[in-house]
Amino acid sequence: MSMLEVKDLHTSFFTDAGEVKAVNGVSFTLDEGKVLGIVGESGSGKSVTAYSIMQILAGSGKIVSGSIKFKGQELVDAGEKVMKTVRGNKISIIFQDPMTSLNPTYTIGHQLMEAILLHTDRNKDQARERALEMLRLVNVNEPEKRLKQYPYEFSGGMRQRVMIAMALACEPDILIADEPTTALDVTIQAQILELMKSLQKELGMAIIMITHDLGVVAQMCDEVIVMYAGSICEQGTADEIFYHPAHEYTKGLMRSIPSVEDAGARLKPISGTPIDLLNMPKGCAFAPRCEAAMKICLNEKCERMQLNEDHAAACWMNVKAVLDKEKGGEA
Amino acid sequence: MSENKTPLVEVKNLKQYFDVSVGMFKSLPLKAVDDVSFTINKGETLGLVGESGCGKTTVGRTILHLYKPTAGEVWYDGEKIGDKKSLQEFRKKATMVFQDPYSSLNPRMTVADIIAEPLDVHKMYDSPKERRERILELMGYVGLNSEHASRYAHEFSGGQRQRIGIARSLALNPGFVVCDEPVSALDVSIQAQVINMFDELQDKLGLTYLFIAHDLLVVRHISDRIAVMYLGHMVEMADAGEIYDNPLHPYSKSLISAVPVPDPKIARENKRIVLEGDIPSPLKAPTGCPFRTRCPHATEACAQSMPELKDMGGGHMVACHRIDEIA
Repeated sequence: MSMLEVKDLHTSFFTDAGEVKAVNGVSFTLDEGKVLGIVGESGSGKSVTAYSIMQILAGSGKIVSGSIKFKGQELVDAGEKVMKTVRGNKISIIFQDPMTSLNPTYTIGHQLMEAILLHTDRNKDQARERALEMLRLVNVNEPEKRLKQYPYEFSGGMRQRVMIAMALACEPDILIADEPTTALDVTIQAQILELMKSLQKELGMAIIMITHDLGVVAQMCDEVIVMYAGSICEQGTADEIFYHPAHEYTKGLMRSIPSVEDAGARLKPISGTPIDLLNMPKGCAFAPRCEAAMKICLNEKCERMQLNEDHAAACWMNVKAVLDKEKGGEA
Repeated sequence: MSENKTPLVEVKNLKQYFDVSVGMFKSLPLKAVDDVSFTINKGETLGLVGESGCGKTTVGRTILHLYKPTAGEVWYDGEKIGDKKSLQEFRKKATMVFQDPYSSLNPRMTVADIIAEPLDVHKMYDSPKERRERILELMGYVGLNSEHASRYAHEFSGGQRQRIGIARSLALNPGFVVCDEPVSALDVSIQAQVINMFDELQDKLGLTYLFIAHDLLVVRHISDRIAVMYLGHMVEMADAGEIYDNPLHPYSKSLISAVPVPDPKIARENKRIVLEGDIPSPLKAPTGCPFRTRCPHATEACAQSMPELKDMGGGHMVACHRIDEIA
């Protein structure tokens, strides 16, 4: 049984302008000890997917339909009581911005111990011990002194370490990392990514890594989901996605990144701008920006197609390739 | 990209100190930029990289005299920028594109007025018709339609806003543009569009760029030469390919090895040089070499004096005391 099983998840925000379908039929599974990357641009629904799993959606957001199963237990209709035992305890999340995720008016120690006291039956002294242990685990120097300090006394990288320590304090089975290094400098990013990788190996947890940076994905992830306009366009092992991308959007993304080899050449960007989620097209959401778009792409959504054991994509081009091959075979 | 090597912008021993108050009556100088010198040739792009707080943005702003330099000289096209008159002329020729496309455009002004503001300030037109034509020409350069002219900034996406900012920076036909992290707020697919536009505009208008960014892949793509800064000092400068393939300074080495390459196989093999600790506060900068507190090769000698930039051949400049031993 998979650790986490998300099936046909639909999450919408109900705004004055209408229903915004932020997540539109997302399904995936996460196995024990795996690192799953969710990539996409702003508005692709990658963060909302994570927030749906944790059920921490903003006011107007609601899970419309679908199922989220954690170790076989259904979470969607489980209610707040159950979610409280899941959040921070079995599934933890760290956010993008370490500058605003900590409360500036409490000490680091207070905030670290809060999570431990809430979720375990340790007493205050034990919780303090555990907090110290966690700070040591994420390589914070002089943890005793640091415990008494306030967030403003920490640098960005150090704050993100504290956030990771907090998220891992209750030994969760799954860690969701929502753009954990986007706000950090590259050398600090390298430190944090190394730390997450070594902790993942040591503690054996599964990680959902949400990012827009394909470089981070290449470094961290076993499996990758590429999202566009609330839907998964491609899904597979990291090697399959990077070396044999099978969706025009993924291909476009890869072409958009400056490569080290031919620095002089012009980039080949995806034309147009990301889609307005209030006015979704009838067919494939990416079709209006797609160079290879055919008639059918504009009129009909492509269903997800399994290309091989490790790779699935929802692009009519793959269907066309199969049909062409069959035709070729007949002739 | 161009072969002629006429210097356009020369920066000599530029210093920019800010006074930061510590306690009620005491203040300390924060040495944001400390003794930086470089030259940018006509038609060239110099990339300036470094981590937050290293002074790269301050260099850009001080060159344009948005801050009055504490010490040092800026020369543009053979003329020293100093008195009011030379500064006014300089500001017509040297402009800036800002990082944040959301806060750098006035929400109360139409796109046409935003783009034409430099024209209004410097009175660069004789009739409203001429002004209008120039606005439309500029909008054409950056791929905006004429119908966008009467709209407001909030109606546009991040990428389009950055296009408006670029059109504004080109209004006075500048020779030199300081681009301060112009694509870091944009999505990957949009980022590539804007980078291409910078390339095209450079070819078309013969622009010279100082391209400030922290994304090394982007800088590597767009720059002819790259300079690396650390704590207000320039530690290395070389041709873009050279510095990427053969970095010499221990800081540049770790910086370049830390770049996540979008290729799983390379990422798995890549031996990252992970630095210990954080950048020291510029208020308490180490004595001698600024990098010595995090440098794996530091010795006592490194604490004694600030290393000078030294040419290692082919214009590859490095500031490191121990470069001959560790290279």
